[in-house]
Amino acid sequence: MTQSLERDVDVTPTTPGTPGPDKTEERAIRRIAFGHRLSHWDLKLSPYLYISPFFILFAITGLFPLVYTGVVSLYDWHIIGGQGDFVGLGNFEWVLGQEKFWIALRNTFSIFIFSAVPQVILALIIAAILDQNLKAKTFWRMGVLVPYIVAPVAVALIFSNMFGDQYGLINNMLGRIGLDPVGWHSQVVPSHLAIATMVNFRWTGYNALIFLAAMQAIPRDYYEAAAIDGASRIRQFFSITIPSLRPTLIFVIITSTIGGLQIFDEPRMYDSTGEGGASAQWMTITMYIYNQGFGASGGGQFGHAAAAAWLLFLVIVIVGLINLVATRAIASNESRSTK
Amino acid sequence: MKISRRTTAIAIAGATAFALVATGCSSTPSGTDPNEKITLTVATFNDFGYSDELLAEYTELHPNITVKQTKAKTSDDARANYFTKLGAGSGLADVEAVEIDWFAELLQYSDKLTDLSSPDVEGRWLEWKSNAATDADGRLIAYGTDIGPQAICYRSDLFEAAGLPTDRAEVATLLTGDWDHYFDIGQQFVAKSDAAWYDSVGSIMQGKLNQEVETLESTDGEIIAGDNPVVAAAYNDILAQSPELSAHLGQWSEDWYAAFSNGAYATMLCPSWMLGIIEGEAPEVDGWDIADVYPNGGGNWGGSYLTVPAQGAHAEAAKEFAAWLTAPEQQLKAFIKTGNFPSQVALQDSEELLAVTRPFFNDAPVGEIMAGRAAAVPAAAPFKGVKYFPVMKALQDSLTRVDVDKTQSAKDSWAQFLKDIDALK
Repeated sequence: MTQSLERDVDVTPTTPGTPGPDKTEERAIRRIAFGHRLSHWDLKLSPYLYISPFFILFAITGLFPLVYTGVVSLYDWHIIGGQGDFVGLGNFEWVLGQEKFWIALRNTFSIFIFSAVPQVILALIIAAILDQNLKAKTFWRMGVLVPYIVAPVAVALIFSNMFGDQYGLINNMLGRIGLDPVGWHSQVVPSHLAIATMVNFRWTGYNALIFLAAMQAIPRDYYEAAAIDGASRIRQFFSITIPSLRPTLIFVIITSTIGGLQIFDEPRMYDSTGEGGASAQWMTITMYIYNQGFGASGGGQFGHAAAAAWLLFLVIVIVGLINLVATRAIASNESRSTK
Repeated sequence: MKISRRTTAIAIAGATAFALVATGCSSTPSGTDPNEKITLTVATFNDFGYSDELLAEYTELHPNITVKQTKAKTSDDARANYFTKLGAGSGLADVEAVEIDWFAELLQYSDKLTDLSSPDVEGRWLEWKSNAATDADGRLIAYGTDIGPQAICYRSDLFEAAGLPTDRAEVATLLTGDWDHYFDIGQQFVAKSDAAWYDSVGSIMQGKLNQEVETLESTDGEIIAGDNPVVAAAYNDILAQSPELSAHLGQWSEDWYAAFSNGAYATMLCPSWMLGIIEGEAPEVDGWDIADVYPNGGGNWGGSYLTVPAQGAHAEAAKEFAAWLTAPEQQLKAFIKTGNFPSQVALQDSEELLAVTRPFFNDAPVGEIMAGRAAAVPAAAPFKGVKYFPVMKALQDSLTRVDVDKTQSAKDSWAQFLKDIDALK
């Protein structure tokens, strides 16, 4: 911090406004005005300095890797050998020509839908229940957060055991009641469902608490008035609670979109090799990136991995834009309805 | 929210970037003062059998050297770590363990590793073992630790129930022959038993291919797996009988681990390091035994090496230390502890090794059995080049799709395999 402060102070004196006059004169002025200037800068610069740690950190850990990944994606680049020949957009072409990449994209969206939709609905229901006058409120509220504090790897270990194809707990129980076992690892949709279950297990409680906080901010008068008008509990939920939750809903949907598209821990831990299944049934984009760059099957092709990472970035930007448009539509809808 | 996932993606990008940034600052070996106080680090995975007591012995011999060991959980973790840091030019331990299957990938960057050849260690290892660790310029870049000579482990209780002999000498006689013979006995077995004959088609493929020299790649580095009749024949032979013989388990899957104790199959191909796994997974099962036999002669599966990355500050001291660790005396202790069979010539018929037995396997004389199996390993080792690991992965996946997932026919899955290896070229 102190270093960047000094640097800023050193740099500013030569900014426009002071150039021109000869050196002795400038020095004299500087002496007299230095105290003033310092307090002037203090006023002008301090706010930026105070928020700079975030942006400096972001530049180092966010922006720089992003740009560097872009550079790497233009080269033939090996994990050990390092930079090779410049190939232009060749890596992008290669990745887009890979069937596995498209399968990974499909899987990512499919797991995202399977996890995000039930998650938001369940979280809303749980929040609505917690919002009632329950005994031992804090206990119940903390209770729904417990899955969230379990390490994702531990969750994945337990669930992948439960979802074992031949000797898993769930297939065992299905067998007891006379149903055929489900190919939790071999089939596409069941494997996505299983992974989505792990995601939902972790995140539903977290989202429920966010919804709960928003619900408690809704003025109670609305409910009283509605009750006097004879609205049922369910009618109240749909006509008062849900509309009031719009901003929170948007926040939850956007964050779970970004998280959902980058899903990695759960599918990677779903079996012991972490490669996403023999026909890439549950390989997501981030796993594809990892496999290309670091995994056993990709052969350390950083160029390919970087290109895939940039493609994921583009996908997220596109989905983000769609979200933004949807958000605007909902927001304007909302302002109209409140008028 | 979901920071962990986001961080993961950033971490990957970040690791990429830092790996590149760090490339410029690898340290050069400092001047060697023989009495300088130094700490040597050795990085292994799974269990190499290097106990703290063993490492402390080295400090007793060299009072100025302290040794620290770090262990990765799996060989895949170790591989990712090794490759990233070797590319970065810093951060590796002084002595790093590598596994034979991904060793070749490393071999093409052998200039980043210290030349370990020295007259003191000449002839210490089985010839095929040290040959595989010699690069194109004739530098020895790794010291062998263990090898994986294969025997057959079997469930004597299941054998008995199906009317097959249970004594390990009789089982060895029964199974002596080629792969077809092994499958024939299997058909006899499954006709009289509910259990399957073997655990996984993946390990049978490993077993078959490890007996050939040119399999997935030609010796000049081309991927030939798609056109090689050896591979196609193995693929078809295995899948022709797998519906009856296989327990339809994917190797290393949850189900596969669970099946060690529940009697899902009667036999499995058993490299020396598998003994520890069986014993660990099925401690309460009585029936496991091991026979001194292997289809079609002998075979080796797996085994490891120690390397000394050139980026380390104490390459000379590390080389000496690696030589000590892989000396017969130390490797014998590792074998007694873990069952990892030594690759050192002097140990192949040492009396101490031959005397080792394992109570879990019905007091089987595993030292003697494994020594016999090691002697049967073909002298011409399978060629494993740069792309061996990913191609093998694709081949294993193709078998899994047919036998475990049952999502594709053998023909479709082979077509998919050809596409997958095209992407690797």
